[in-house]
Amino acid sequence: MPDVHALVNDFLIKLKRRKIEGSKATAKVTAEVLRSFISQQRLPNTNQAGALIDAVKAVGEQLIAANPVELAVGNVVRRVLHIIREEDLSLTAAAIGGLSLSAGSDDEDDVGHDEHPALSAAAVAAAARSTLRPPSLQTLLEDVPHTAAVPHTSSSGGDSEGKSKSADKNSSTKRLKHNVIEAVNELIQDIVTCHEQIAEQAVEHIHQNEVILTLGSSRTVVEFLCAAKEKKRSFRVFVAEGAPRYQGHTLAKELVTRGLQTTVITDSAVFAMISRVNMVIVGAHAVMANGGVIAPVGLNMVALAAQRHAVPFVVLAGIHKLCPLYPHNPEVLLNELRSPSELLDFGEFSDCLDFGSGSGSPILHVVNPAFDYVPPNLVSLFITDTGGHNPSYMYRLIADYYSANDLVLQRRSAS
Amino acid sequence: MEARRVPRAVSDPKVRQVGFFAPGAPPDRSQSGPPHPASSSPPVSDISPSGNSLSPVMIPPPRHLSADLARGPHFSPAAPLSPMRAARDSIPVGSYNPSEFVAPTASEFTDDALSPNWTARRSNSGKFASSLPAGGFDMSSLKQNNFPASSLTTVSIVNMPPGITEKDGGAGVEVQKERSKTGSKASSKPLKEQTTKAERRAIQEAQRAAKAATKGDGSKTPAASSGLGSSANANPGKAAKASPQKKDNSPVAASEKRGSDRPQDKDRKKDVPHPRMQFDDKSRVEKAKKRSVVKQTEAKNRVELFRHLPQYEHGTRLPELESKLFQLDPVHPAVYKVGLRYLAGDISGGNARCIAMLQAFQESIKDYSTPPEKALIRDLTSKINSYVSFLIECRPLSISMGNAIRFLKSKIAKLPLALSESEAKAILLSDIDRFINEKIILADKVIVRHAVTKIRDGDVLLTYGSSSAVELLLIHAHELGKNFRVVVVDSRPKLEGKLLLRRLVGKGISCTYTHINAVSYIMHEVTRVFLGASSVLSNGTVYSRVGTACVAMVAHQFRVPVLICCEAYKFHERVQLDSICSNELGDPDMIAKVPGRKEIDSLDDWANSDNLQLLNLIYDATPSDYVSMIITDYGMIPPTSVPVIVREYRREHLWT
Repeated sequence: MPDVHALVNDFLIKLKRRKIEGSKATAKVTAEVLRSFISQQRLPNTNQAGALIDAVKAVGEQLIAANPVELAVGNVVRRVLHIIREEDLSLTAAAIGGLSLSAGSDDEDDVGHDEHPALSAAAVAAAARSTLRPPSLQTLLEDVPHTAAVPHTSSSGGDSEGKSKSADKNSSTKRLKHNVIEAVNELIQDIVTCHEQIAEQAVEHIHQNEVILTLGSSRTVVEFLCAAKEKKRSFRVFVAEGAPRYQGHTLAKELVTRGLQTTVITDSAVFAMISRVNMVIVGAHAVMANGGVIAPVGLNMVALAAQRHAVPFVVLAGIHKLCPLYPHNPEVLLNELRSPSELLDFGEFSDCLDFGSGSGSPILHVVNPAFDYVPPNLVSLFITDTGGHNPSYMYRLIADYYSANDLVLQRRSAS
Repeated sequence: MEARRVPRAVSDPKVRQVGFFAPGAPPDRSQSGPPHPASSSPPVSDISPSGNSLSPVMIPPPRHLSADLARGPHFSPAAPLSPMRAARDSIPVGSYNPSEFVAPTASEFTDDALSPNWTARRSNSGKFASSLPAGGFDMSSLKQNNFPASSLTTVSIVNMPPGITEKDGGAGVEVQKERSKTGSKASSKPLKEQTTKAERRAIQEAQRAAKAATKGDGSKTPAASSGLGSSANANPGKAAKASPQKKDNSPVAASEKRGSDRPQDKDRKKDVPHPRMQFDDKSRVEKAKKRSVVKQTEAKNRVELFRHLPQYEHGTRLPELESKLFQLDPVHPAVYKVGLRYLAGDISGGNARCIAMLQAFQESIKDYSTPPEKALIRDLTSKINSYVSFLIECRPLSISMGNAIRFLKSKIAKLPLALSESEAKAILLSDIDRFINEKIILADKVIVRHAVTKIRDGDVLLTYGSSSAVELLLIHAHELGKNFRVVVVDSRPKLEGKLLLRRLVGKGISCTYTHINAVSYIMHEVTRVFLGASSVLSNGTVYSRVGTACVAMVAHQFRVPVLICCEAYKFHERVQLDSICSNELGDPDMIAKVPGRKEIDSLDDWANSDNLQLLNLIYDATPSDYVSMIITDYGMIPPTSVPVIVREYRREHLWT
């Protein structure tokens, strides 16, 4: 246990100090931390899933609070919660299936117990419904295991049968944990390899002799472009340098070493160049439920310019970037102001800062936001590891990966 | 002045109304050139709470000869200049330093005003055609040529109150009467006198003017031609054709007409801007290389899309050229120095560059002496041409500089032949001074006075880069005690905003500084966007520092008004849709290096990889629909009115 806490705390500090950045890295580390947390978690005999969910939620809240702007953390926590629920559900479904079979045999033995089949049938029906309708999952989890467990023990007559049942329960405890960890491993694998799956679709989108503009540094974008290059497509790439972090420089260097024709332009030249660009391909920091994108600063400008010139604005995003929240005032609330030293030397303007009238309010402010919000109407297409999607489809995609009960994680901490 | 303007707007036929201007502004700029002494330092009361109620912009017709005469001696150029100079000390300066350019002393100017040619013009003005060779300005004839054209153009554009139209017509008739007199004189005289070339040209000009007048009249009021009989003497050209009793005059007129038709067509052809040098045209590039002085080395890794623009390695030639400064050279040292400063990037900003160039030309004109057996007009023009091509080699001309050069060349071309060399030089020097003062310095002041009415208390003003006009505006508004905040948006690689920021903060204006990527973050709180421009093209496109288009676009998206501050001398009749066909490329190395951020070094060896290019665009074109208003020295106009200003004032730019 202590080593897990140390692990979590270490990650928390890293998040707080922004030592770990980038949605993919944070998502991966979050999933790994949660995995080891789950594996070390001791579970009670009854309602294991509920206990596990509560424990993960508690950790998740801490992680999210450490860097609320890094939406990938919250996404992974929610994904893990969803995994637990699903695994539990499939286990209970299997258990209920077994139960209904045994109940059927019971029926033949003893005709007096006729409420059980009806109950189990209802449970199965509910389970079936739950797979279609995720929002009803919670009610299932609260009710079904208990109701299923209680008649189960009551119905069990013989000692041997009871023993076998307890053994079965032990194995199901282990099986839940095991299954969850397996699924989390899969999730990590997905996060790590999402850019490969995205890159596979590159040839379908990049044509010969196209001119592509990108801004900011994104591993996914590099892989995407290189995948098209490897398929013998020749095209040129304009890279906006992305002040004040100048990630465009590293991106350009990487593209050049991979043999792509690359031109670096200043951010201010985006509007001038966009008229000759066939497609804008960018990475994202997070994709919101309404199809809006939290992206590196400057992309809203690029998206507006692209819209003006009817250039497709394509966002590459792994599923782990898909955030089930609807943004409210995202420019302010989902943003982060970075150090002014990236724009101005403190030494350079220290004398000017002294001009402040002494009332405490400085005469000079330096604003250096880290992110931009691109509204969904400016986005032409999302390319995720599951294929291309419209911005308007994002809300539905979210329902596939998250359960509705987990959407608001922070409420509990607020109350 | 205030009281006088209101009736004039109704009664004076020469004043037309386009757009809007602030009441605090001098309405009759072009009548006296610089603003009236009383209004040159605008009192606070001038920008009163009623400052937002707009009155129409007056576009007076080009200065007319008779108006010039009527104004009397106290309106001579010296008078308006002196208050301006006095005011300059109090007015804060922009990126260029007005104290640098030596203003002509008052005595110089009065000398000018009283110099023989001026007095001669005054005394002989009644019969200028005959007296022209004796030493008058043939400007007067050009004026006449000018006037009908402008009266012809504006009618279709501007909705005039009917009273004004009538009066304008009346004035036109009067002028034509005058012209018919002079015209007939001109046409009858040439055979008598020994005709020099200038004389012949003057006559031709006059004929053309008469012709244009009739044409203009005809197209303006078709009714006039039907009522021709009654106004026969007001319409000499038509009358000559229509009425047989004037037949003695007609063969000359007809021949003149035929002769004058062609040059007019030529003129019209000239109106189309000359296509610029395309650097993907190999043969022409080779030719240009042979002529060049600077001998720039071509950059490696040129951007394919911009092959048509010169792409040179920057800074490599500078030391060598500097060492040649004192060698005898076809290029005058002053011009050479300015060229090198362009090359080194010491002078930037449209106004500063233009002023530096004009002052260098002034120096060279001062030192100029006509070689034997050569005419001053031709030789000086060719000299200026060689200087200009040297400057172009150093850095492509801005459009404002192009306009200034056109002005200077036309001034030289219009010099009367009879002038002595020193007189001609004095005239040219004073003309250049006048251009700098009127078109740049005073224009900025007028712009500031217009624009300051658009700043309200509590405003958050955004500006991009460093525009001298906008800086003057902000400082002026601050001095007026307006309470506002400035957002300075900056961009790589020049980071001119930092310099602006420093100056503004030094004045005590509270500022917010950010980079261009964050413009959509900061735009939420902005209430006005003030931008400068390198040039305004006649389709309303604003050609300006790269990034201006981005800022204007985001502001447009956020429904924030975008106001462009641009002096009218930067207007150009060229049109442009994108920023690619014509642009300027800066030093690509500036992109690779990020000053102050040592850790960013991934592009340090960019020149070694063939696949990598760095593109440092200097300008971009802002589409006119992002621009809410253009504030010029002629008032505040919508971008759709730019061609009106260009057409109306192109001639005035060149010939006054």
